[in-house]
This record gives sequence, C-alpha cells and structure tokens, in this order.
Amino acid sequence: MTDRSPFKTAVVAVVAFWILVFVLLPNLLVLAASVLARDEVRFIRPGFTLAHYRALMSTEILGIFVRSIAYAAGTTAICLAMGYPFAFLLARSSARKLLLMLVVIPFWTSSLVRTYALIIVLKANGLINTLLLETGLIQQPLPLLYSNTAVFIGLVYTLLPFMILPLYAAMEKFDPALMEAGYDLGASRLQVLRHILLPVTLPGIIAGATMVFLPALGLFYVPDLLGGARSMLLGNLIKNQFLAARNWPLGAAASMTLTLLMGLLLWAYFVSVRRYGDPREALTR
Amino acid sequence: MRRRPAKIARILYLVTIYGFLYLPIAVLILYSFNDTRYSSNWQGFTLKWYTALGDNRMLLDSLGNSLLVALLSSTIATAIGTLAAVAFQRYRFPGRKLLYGLLFVVMMSPDIVMGISLLMFFILVRLEPGFLTLVLSHITFCLPFVAVTIHARIADFDPNVIEAARDLGASEYQAFRHVILPMLLPAVVSGWLLSFTLSLDDVIVSFFVTGPTFEILPLKIYSMVRLGVKPEVNALSTVLFAITLMTVFVSHLLVKEKRS
Amino acid sequence: MTPTPIVRFRNVTKRYGDTSAVDRMNFDVYPGEFLTLLGPSGCGKTTILRLIAGLDEADVGDIFIDGKRVNGLPPNRRDVNTVFQNYALFPHMSVAENVGFGLKMKGLPPSTITSRVGAALSMVKLDELARRRVRALSGGQQQRVAVARAIVNEPLVLLLDEPFSALDYKLRKQMQLELKRLHRRLGITFLFVTHDQNEAISMSDRIIVMNDGRIEQIGTPRQIYESPDNMFVAEFVGEINTLDGVVTAAEQTTLTARVEDAEFPMTNRRGFQPGQRVKVLLRPEDLFVSQLQDEAPGPHLTGTVEDQIYKGTTVDVFIRLASGTTVCATQFFNEDAEDISYRVNESVHVTWIRGWEVVLPDD
Repeated sequence: MTDRSPFKTAVVAVVAFWILVFVLLPNLLVLAASVLARDEVRFIRPGFTLAHYRALMSTEILGIFVRSIAYAAGTTAICLAMGYPFAFLLARSSARKLLLMLVVIPFWTSSLVRTYALIIVLKANGLINTLLLETGLIQQPLPLLYSNTAVFIGLVYTLLPFMILPLYAAMEKFDPALMEAGYDLGASRLQVLRHILLPVTLPGIIAGATMVFLPALGLFYVPDLLGGARSMLLGNLIKNQFLAARNWPLGAAASMTLTLLMGLLLWAYFVSVRRYGDPREALTR
Repeated sequence: MRRRPAKIARILYLVTIYGFLYLPIAVLILYSFNDTRYSSNWQGFTLKWYTALGDNRMLLDSLGNSLLVALLSSTIATAIGTLAAVAFQRYRFPGRKLLYGLLFVVMMSPDIVMGISLLMFFILVRLEPGFLTLVLSHITFCLPFVAVTIHARIADFDPNVIEAARDLGASEYQAFRHVILPMLLPAVVSGWLLSFTLSLDDVIVSFFVTGPTFEILPLKIYSMVRLGVKPEVNALSTVLFAITLMTVFVSHLLVKEKRS
Repeated sequence: MTPTPIVRFRNVTKRYGDTSAVDRMNFDVYPGEFLTLLGPSGCGKTTILRLIAGLDEADVGDIFIDGKRVNGLPPNRRDVNTVFQNYALFPHMSVAENVGFGLKMKGLPPSTITSRVGAALSMVKLDELARRRVRALSGGQQQRVAVARAIVNEPLVLLLDEPFSALDYKLRKQMQLELKRLHRRLGITFLFVTHDQNEAISMSDRIIVMNDGRIEQIGTPRQIYESPDNMFVAEFVGEINTLDGVVTAAEQTTLTARVEDAEFPMTNRRGFQPGQRVKVLLRPEDLFVSQLQDEAPGPHLTGTVEDQIYKGTTVDVFIRLASGTTVCATQFFNEDAEDISYRVNESVHVTWIRGWEVVLPDD
C-alpha cells in the first residue's frame, strides 16, 4: 500500500515512539552507564572507562559469574533432559490439547507463587521431610531448604515449562513420517534420534534453552528465597549493585554481559531457524 | 505393535513430570485450608486464612494496586501491540526491521536487564517511581507478547480480504475498524489476558521501577515470604493461582474458537 | 470512431524485485466490453488488475480510469471493484453484510443499503441466503456473493481475477454462462483474468494474450484463434500443429511453400518472399485425413497412423509424417464418414483447405 493514509502514519508513529523511547533508549542508557565513571551521589558522571568491565574480572565477581553460568547451564541441561522426551510424548498423545494446557497453566502462573510453593514442600517441617520422617527413612529432617540444591530445584521447577513449550511447538510441526522413513531406510532408533529428530527440532531446543538459560541468570528471588547465604547469582549481583552497593556502572556492565549472552543465543536461534524453520509462532498459543 | 511395558513407562514418565509441576501447587492450596500456623500436619479444614486475608488492609490495598496496574497496562499494551502487529504485517516503513527486532529482543531479554534499563530511564527523565513508572514498564514488557500473538494471527489472514475492503471503498482506518479488528478479536482478547497475567505476576521489573508510596502485590508477597511461610500467603497464592487458571481457560476457549 | 476508453494503460511498468510483472504495457479498455487478459500463470495479468484497483502502484507509466489519471490514488477512491480469486469474503460478516460493505463505507443510509443489497443478491440468485454466514456457503455460492459484493457498488469496471478457478468443471461452465448474462444485463465493463483459453474464447468480446509482462496479441476471440500473430499465441491458444516450410514462390496475396516434400498454395498475408523459411500452423480440426486408396486430394502430406484417441464426438488421429514430425488431426463423425477409424501403421493422406493455414516467419 503506497497511499499515505493518516491512519497508517499515526500507527507507525505510536509503535515507533514506544519502542524507541521505552526499549532502545533505556538500553542505550545501560550501555552508556557501563562505560562511565561511578559517582556516589548521582550514580554516574562523565568520563569514559572500561574499569567496570575489568572489575567484572575480579576473582569475587568472576566467581559469581562462573557459578551463575554453571547453574544456568545445569538448569538448562536438566530442563532439556526432562522436557525433550516429555514434549515428544505430548506432541504424539491423543489428549495433547488437555496435556498441553496442563503445561501452560504453570507457565502462566506467577513464578513467585510457584517458588513459594516450593518452600512449603522443601522446608524442615515441609512435605518431603515430614513424609521421610513418618516413613522412618530418616531420623533428622534433611536441610533441603536454603541450600544450593534448593536453588537448583527452584530454577528447574520455575523454568521447566519455558523449555517444554518451545520444544512442543517444534515437535508438533515435526512430521512423524520422517521417522518412519528413517526406520524404513534402515536407521536404528538412536540413529533416527541423532540424524532426524534432533536436527529438525533444533530450533525448538535453542529457543527453549534461551528461555531457560537467560532467566536462570536473572531470577534473583529464587536464590533469595531458596538459597543460603552464599547462593548469590548474577541476578542478585546486579540487583545489589543497583539497590545496595549503589554501584550503577558495575551493575550496568554486568547487565551488558547478560545482554551479550542473549545476543549470542538469539543469533544461534536465528541461524537454526534459517536452516530448520521457525517454531516461535506456536509459542504464544 | 506397542508393547505394554513401554506404554506404562511412558505414562509413568508423564505422570512424574506433571507431579513435579503440580505437587508444590497442590500442597500450597491444601495448606491454605489447613487449620495450623506452624505444623505441616493436617489439622483440619479452615477458611480462616482467607478471612484473615479479607481483613488485611495492606494486602488488599496492594492487590487493588496490582489489579489497577494490570488492567491499565494490559489494555494499553494490547492497543499498541495490536497496532504494532498490523503495522509490521501491512506497512513498509523505514526502520521496520529494526523495530521488529527490538520487540523480539524485549521478549527474550531477561527481566532484570529490562528492569534496570527502565530504572535508569525513569531517573533520567525525572519520573517519580510509582504508579506511572509501573504502568509504563508493564506496558513495555507486555507489548511484544501481544504483538507476537496477534501477528501470528494476522499472518494467517488471506491478505486479499483486507485488500477487498480497500477495493470496496474502505479507507485504511475503516478497513482496520470493520475488517481487521473484528477478525483479530480472539487473538486480541487472548493477548490481553496474557498481558494481564504477566503484569499481575511480575516481580523483577516492578522491583526496580516501583516507589515506596505505591505497593503492588507480588512485591508485597516477596517481602513477606522472605521472612518465612505464612498461611495468609498460602491463601493469597491460591487466589492468584485461581485467577491464572481462569485466564488460561478463557484464553484456551478463544484459541479453540479461532481454529474452528 | 472508437469510443473513449474507460481504462487506459500508457507505457506502464511494474517490477517486483528484479522481474517485471508488467513491462511497458499499452492498451485500452472500452466501455461495456468484456475484455479478457489471457496468459500463463505468472505472466502479470493479475498485476494489471491490482494496478487498476490501486492495490499496487505502477513504477513507470500512467493509468487512466474514465479519462482521469489515477496514479497514487488509493483503492478506496477508485470507481472499480474486484472479484478476488479466492473471493476474499469477510468471514465475520453475513452474506448481506458482505454485499453491503461498500455501500456502508460510502455512508449511504441503511434503507438504501438494504434495498440495493437485496437487488444485487437477487441478481445472483442468492436472495434466500442473505442472513447466512459466508463460511456456511458452498464454493459456487461464495463466488456469487463475491460478484454481488462488487457489482452492488455500480463500478465503472468490474475486475475479475480468475473467479472460477476454485470451482469444479460443471459449476464452472454454469457460472461462465451466468456471468456472461450478468454482463449483458448490467452493461458495465468487465475485465476478466484467466489462464484458461476456452474460458477466454467463449466469454470475451476481446482478448489480450500476455506473456512475461508483455502483450502478445490483442483481438477478438476469433482473431486470436484463427490468426495468431506469433508462435506464442498460436501455441498457447488451443492445440496446433507446426510444420516447417520454405516459400518457393510469392505473389501479393498468394504464395507457394514446400512443406515436407509437397508444394502447397497458401494465402500470403505477411508479404513473404521466395526463399524465406516459414512455420505453417494448422489446427487439428482443419486437417483432413484420407485413406491411400481414396482419390488423391491435390497437394497433400503422406504419413502413417501412429495412434488414435476416441473423444466421443470426434477422433484424434496422430500421423507420423515422412520427416518424423507427428501431426494431430481431429476427425468429426458425420454421414459421409461413418467409419473414421484407421489401423495403426496404415498410410494416409493429410491435407487442408487452402487459406485455413497460418503462416508465420520462422525465426
């Protein structure tokens, strides 16, 4: 349509305004803050520096980084291991509409509420310990809550639906005849998985991994509520720089690193989509 | 063909995962009716935590605030998101790809990144943190979800149908008002519902952009939960879960409608 | 004494990326005529409709509707309406709402809309379905709604983009007849797009044969069929046999050409000169086949029967000529030739009535 209708102009203006002002500009601010000097009162002051990025390399912060990435990667791996066969069975089930809705419900439920629910299950006089004590398997309640294990469980529990849904979307589009063709051509089960199912569902895997990995780095309330004193992750670090330590540039630099990681994952996603097709549209259903 | 043990293993696997997803929620709901403050043993059915909830002015106020923010921001986000979906599908304009890419980045970017970027922005433009900053932020993170939901729907349209409207004498606005919008309605409502729950549930972004004078429910719950388990919170969480359940259900009905 | 054109294309070009969908086209559409754009898919015929409707803009050149230049004018401000290929009915509206849409956009009072919608619906025989949802209609009914929705606005030109392509053969024939009647009744100009040559020939006053965004020939169905301007038109419109020949003698209106090993007198319509290589084109129904023992019919080709296909009212006989070329001859059953079947490998004569051939330069 080439005519200049006032409606079109207005629509494009509103949309462009919102995205530029509330998305692009704030993100540019973070980028700017990450390379400016720290100021005790006004948070930042002019003067270009890369000191904050160097500060991220200090042993203490680097340790948090490494641990966060290890946690996020571990969470992603567990979610994938749990979710991949699950999504496969789901996509093939005759009751898949109902089963899918049962995954969508926790997906839509406040993850704070779900984290809280986990506390009830894990705490010293919670469900698990009570059951184990009653059955006599243990004499003392296990210290489940406020541990690194609890943080792990919490991340997996919160983020599992975010892995299953994109996987499901990819599996649903997957034509089972492809697998049958694989068997027909003499491939073993493992070969079919390796050469047919995995490559075709790769965009779903990457989408799911992105939707688990990135939030796992940033969900500060999960370590806050479930972890012990030393369970600090990247999200908590960023939060503390902004609210407690008041070191904005350092927080901004940490956040930029997170953005960079996101960029890498999105890039991997688009490369896989270009090769194998887009599972994204089914995500929002 | 299928052997029985394999089938049983499959079902067992599905049940285990669903158990993992739902057990904590089920326990939470159960405990919200448990007549004890400390023990985890069942002490009898009670509604007293719900009554206590009804008497807790602070909680109710923050619930009211949350609902207000969610209503307002999901409505505006749906309006802008609908327009955005139409614009990206129908119009060619400079910067279109950049804007679409940015929307997608917002959808994928971790909440904490968005939270601090908006915090900085609001301080830069000297906006008092509180109601307005919350609404603006919630609109922003809901926007891409609405846009993508509706874009998926509008991309399924036969483009000729919209062209037919123009051909029959409708201006661009009339075509939107009389043809595009009515055809998009299920997706619009479903986008609104998604935005509403996203807004109602958000912790991280709100954590950064809210002010001391305007308390919303998730942050209130967060501060309460940090101090331990409270039966009122069980009741409140159950209520929130019920709201989500209803929203998903309505949305599911709409999706069904759209596919028929 | 040609009337003023209702649509006029002047040097119009429309490109999509690197390909020209419409390439420097010039043509006129006259008031009241049934003009068909005929061509293979992807030849740019639909683009022409979109350019007239205002759904696409020309890159170069001018388009006039009713004498006014319409470049840049949005579709809602053009007095033309389109029947889309897949009908493009509004799924959320009833039949009557669909048909009344254009009038509503014009802001006409509801009573006027109701009566005009009623009239349009009765014109396409859908009076009883006015309140139905369009989803509940059959393909043929949807097609009628699409036509009614367009004509109710009394457009200067009705644009029809392959309106019958989704219908089965029988329904298609019926809708063709109805559309033709509607055209006579309304007296408005129809610009019709199809890739089906039979449809084009049976319905149109004039045909524009297109290929690769260019016009190959404009003419009446008879001109297009009987005197194709070039090989493309000859081959695209109907079955045709192509034989190589050389002009051996030429006068102003006659010529002699050697085809295979025989000399044939032909009509010289293009000023051919002796020595020129030509293509001699013959429709299968213009060829006569006779058995060898019959009297030799003057200049003729000789060949052997390769195959024959019974078609009900006709028989197609495939004859392999001495040069190796195979020609198809359609033979009609009549009192003179009750038995027109041949044995395979039987030798036969093939000939035609002088003047029925089309001679084109071989280049």
